Amino acid sequence: MGMGGGGSPELYQYQAGDPRLPDGQRKSRLLGPLRAEGARGVAIAVVSTVVVLALLVWAVTSSPNWPEVKQAFFDPEEFKRVFPDIARAFLRNIKYFLIAEVFILAWALVLAVLRSLQGPVFFPLRALSIVYTDLFRGIPTVLVVYLLGFGIPSLGLPGVPSGAAFWGVVGLILSYSAYVAEVYRAGIESVHPSQAAAARSLGLSRAKTLRFVIIPQAVRRVIPPLLNDFIGLQKDTALVAFVVAIPEAFKQGQIYQAADFNFTPLLAVALMFLLITVPLTRFTDWLLERQRRRRQAGVAA
Amino acid sequence: MNANGSALTVVDLHKSFGKLEVLRGIDLEVDEHEVVCLIGASGSGKSTLLRCMNLLEPIDRGRIAIEGQDVTVPGVDVNRIRQRVGIVFQAFNLFPHMTVLRNITLGPTEALGTSKTEARRLSLELLERFGLADKSDDYPDRLSGGQQQRVAIVRALAMKPDIMLLDEVTSALDPELVAEVLNVIRELAAGGMTMVIATHEMGFARDIANRVCFLDEGVILEEGTPGQIFSAPREERTQRFLQSIIEAGRM
Repeated sequence: MGMGGGGSPELYQYQAGDPRLPDGQRKSRLLGPLRAEGARGVAIAVVSTVVVLALLVWAVTSSPNWPEVKQAFFDPEEFKRVFPDIARAFLRNIKYFLIAEVFILAWALVLAVLRSLQGPVFFPLRALSIVYTDLFRGIPTVLVVYLLGFGIPSLGLPGVPSGAAFWGVVGLILSYSAYVAEVYRAGIESVHPSQAAAARSLGLSRAKTLRFVIIPQAVRRVIPPLLNDFIGLQKDTALVAFVVAIPEAFKQGQIYQAADFNFTPLLAVALMFLLITVPLTRFTDWLLERQRRRRQAGVAA
Repeated sequence: MNANGSALTVVDLHKSFGKLEVLRGIDLEVDEHEVVCLIGASGSGKSTLLRCMNLLEPIDRGRIAIEGQDVTVPGVDVNRIRQRVGIVFQAFNLFPHMTVLRNITLGPTEALGTSKTEARRLSLELLERFGLADKSDDYPDRLSGGQQQRVAIVRALAMKPDIMLLDEVTSALDPELVAEVLNVIRELAAGGMTMVIATHEMGFARDIANRVCFLDEGVILEEGTPGQIFSAPREERTQRFLQSIIEAGRM
């Protein structure tokens, strides 16, 4: 029995760590239960973690093939030598990511709004949006990046950018917009029709109803799933490696791996991605948790 | 406004949802400054009638005129019509992502083209008048149901409508919060606002209405002054409805 016993009586019905506990009782899925179990719980957790980790390290490093594995994947000298170059190349991944994300957020919203238009007049636009999302969700992103990144520059069209990286990023934008459009659409459909009725009853046009009432609420609700797509996109910037001449992180890692016969550079690349994606994932979880808490608080009130 | 003083005219209004005919020929005339209460069982068509009057539901047959202007002919600007006809819903339908003040200024600024400063001034004045001045910066979920519904009424009033439609505005409220909302409506009636009110609050209807209409299965079965309808209803179904209300202790 943890802190439930000492608290106010209405907490009795809940287990320690229950997400329905009032704000401040439980912040993290991982650490929350510990906090609820008090100092003794923390001590036990620390000891058991140390023991498990020590056993793992011992099991791995004492295996007969460890020296070769270490040599091929975890060579500290190699790591130190290649890391600056890989970090520099990774800046390109971040650049691709940031540029792509801005266009994806805008283009996907256009697609989602087109699809939500009602009335027979808008049928062609609606159909276009549906066909678009079906197509780009159905084709592997790597294929789109490859087709655009190699295909379009090879045409040598006058007045059209011929950079492989440019078209690779365009491929990411086209592909991810289809997914993000679906996320937006789910958000738009989750806003109760009575909200639109209230806005229309004030004399607001359809467009203004969407802009001021529907979309702001829809976007707020889908921020966590949008972040999930951000994380996917951040990882998939590595796909541009297939088409570019100027290396981004993955390509840079491959170059070193091939030259040095060692996989450590690729692990360095993996580390770079983790540095971005793990905090983003934790942040997304936190947002989801907060949203759920607020919803429950709203229901309770 | 117009010669015959009729604010709202409904002629032979029919409305179906799929196979279900909810309104089966409604005729209703509301004069300026008149308060008409619609009573009747759930499903008798009160809400649908109000939503049709605000053009939130397309109608199947018949005619609706606002101050003599037929608003059911093709080509009317529905947004302009709605700006003149305010509606308040049972479930408030406030915009949860906006402050109270923004809820109220949205219509004037975005539909009427009122300047931000003017809309703000008008809204604060209305909030003050209805005892909500200190709530202007709160979000709707911080307010009680009664306060939310009063904000919804203020939101509709900020459009300076000629007619207000109230759709069971106290039905979603806890009993102790009903009075504060009814008082606001009484004040509007005293100020001469033309209103059509769907309600289950019979005592309130008796007090406030110039005329009471009993809706039954999509038609106005009986109408008259509150005295006639509540004290001496002619139709058997009206009598039965009122009897059931009395038995439920709601009158």
